[in-house]
Amino acid sequence: MNEINHNSKSKLHGMWALTNRELKKWYKEPILFLLTLIQPIIWMGLLGKSMNISALIPTNIPGLDPTTIMEQTFGTRDYFSFMAVGMVGMTALFTTMFSGMSVVWDRRLGFLNKVLSTPVSRAVIIFSKVLSAALRSMFQTSIILIIAVVFGLQLGANFNPLNILGVFAIIFCLCVGLSSLFIALTIRSTRMETPMAVMNLINLPMMFASNAFYPAKLMPDWLQNIVNVNPLSYTNDAVRQLLIVNTIDYAKLALDFAYVGIFALIVASVGIVLSWRYLRK
Amino acid sequence: MSEEIIRAEGLTKVFNKHLTAVDHVNFSVKHGEIFGFLGPNGAGKTTTINMLITILKPTEGTASVLGFDIAKQDENVRNVIGLVPQEYTADEDLTGLENLLLCADLYGIPRSFAKERALDLLNLVELTDFKDKRVQTYSGGMRRRLELACGLINRPKVLFLDEPTLGLDVQTRTATWEYIRKLKKEFGMTLFMTTHYLEEADALCDRVAIIDHGKIVVIGSPEELKHNLGGDLITLAIKENEDVSGLIQNVEHVKEVQKEDGSYCIKAEFGEITMPFIIEALRKKGYTVTRLSLTEPTLNEVYLEYTGRSMRDAEESREANFARRITMRRARGG
Repeated sequence: MNEINHNSKSKLHGMWALTNRELKKWYKEPILFLLTLIQPIIWMGLLGKSMNISALIPTNIPGLDPTTIMEQTFGTRDYFSFMAVGMVGMTALFTTMFSGMSVVWDRRLGFLNKVLSTPVSRAVIIFSKVLSAALRSMFQTSIILIIAVVFGLQLGANFNPLNILGVFAIIFCLCVGLSSLFIALTIRSTRMETPMAVMNLINLPMMFASNAFYPAKLMPDWLQNIVNVNPLSYTNDAVRQLLIVNTIDYAKLALDFAYVGIFALIVASVGIVLSWRYLRK
Repeated sequence: MSEEIIRAEGLTKVFNKHLTAVDHVNFSVKHGEIFGFLGPNGAGKTTTINMLITILKPTEGTASVLGFDIAKQDENVRNVIGLVPQEYTADEDLTGLENLLLCADLYGIPRSFAKERALDLLNLVELTDFKDKRVQTYSGGMRRRLELACGLINRPKVLFLDEPTLGLDVQTRTATWEYIRKLKKEFGMTLFMTTHYLEEADALCDRVAIIDHGKIVVIGSPEELKHNLGGDLITLAIKENEDVSGLIQNVEHVKEVQKEDGSYCIKAEFGEITMPFIIEALRKKGYTVTRLSLTEPTLNEVYLEYTGRSMRDAEESREANFARRITMRRARGG
């Protein structure tokens, strides 16, 4: 009877079952699924298209070429391509936010207690949340990029389809980091309101204090300092380099990956430590 | 059969350094018995169960489940126990079968094997016809049965049930008891349950512990506890307008006689046997008994005797309150 349980069990058992449970909630509800896509589409369509920045640059002054100026500032000729890529990071931010909320929800519904009474490791409980958020974000990233191309995203001159894998890799790292961060913030919480407020407080500044909408080098110094520690900036930069920039700066790309990777590693480790300490009170 | 399955010694849980939820509790549960934990809201029932299933760490004291220490060998404990929580934890969006397979995965039971076991369990709780329906469409009783099946997926040696019939109607509750008895017989498990329905404890439990303010006030079989309360209550009236208290008092096993508004309230041991002797004694002296009734004490009286009659204002956390509300709503098929 019980022998079977003990033999064939790895440390990671239950990981996929729990991850899939999270994913099922999402892909079994087409409406929820569509709603998560609508927001970035609205941002892209309204903000991206309305901010026609290249039209601001006068064309009748000799020696002033709008295309060059745009390229020097944004790394691409049109603003839309610049900010559409920023939407990828934003989607990751909002998707991971919900992984934090789902811990609170599981706690309130008693599901967390049920899982805690099974031999599933505590780290697996947390990582299934992290993994499902990362997988969702990667899927949403693909959809957003496809829509962006339809809306007029211009790929860089040296774009190689393999670069897409790089995009997925960095989004994965960002999501692992962010959802670990949000879970760490909510892990002890028994009510919805506080973490919701904290996350809203974090999310918008995190998005604006990054290069999602505007290049960091044109921002005031104090803001640049914040932008330069924000992992979102590094992700955005990497995705831009991989997709829309004509000549890739490999040194910078390597820095982006290193920064986001280390961010994910550190925050995820903190997440595990906290889950050991706090899932069992 | 007197092997100790659960043993708690000085088990204590203090929340936030000053709120003592469970206060140096000692008890043991024997192999194959149904052990009930009774007590008012906030008495420490759920905190005790949560410590035994290794979700909470005791502040002080120890407990062991099948010889495994709940603090040091918590993983071993989790392997041999099953839990039927107070809440309905099955996923609404999944079908009954999918939910059972999810539970099986949490115990690392291989898929090939899990499916067969899940189908067996669904059959046992009579949900086979609904196995491919989403849990959303289940009634309260069906959900409860699914939770029972989930708690059994790893063939536990000890099953913990936290308020197994909370919010269910009388028919469903009685049916759920039948399932619990059946499951116990089928698997030869030891059951540890909390409840605040006393008739439930009386009907199901071999032994009960009444806990109040974090302390166990009494432990024993329901019969023992009822017996210790001082026996049965006989009420009788006679046609004649005379005081016969003394006469009744002299009958063997009669402990106390009180005259109230023309009838006599008699506390006696072994009421069924004592009653005919009382009638006999009265007849011999020419009295005519006009009314007679026998009340055996219920667990209700035992409970009130030990926990007092004052109402308890629920000192519950928001979390517990919310969970209970959802449980009640789902029990009613909402």
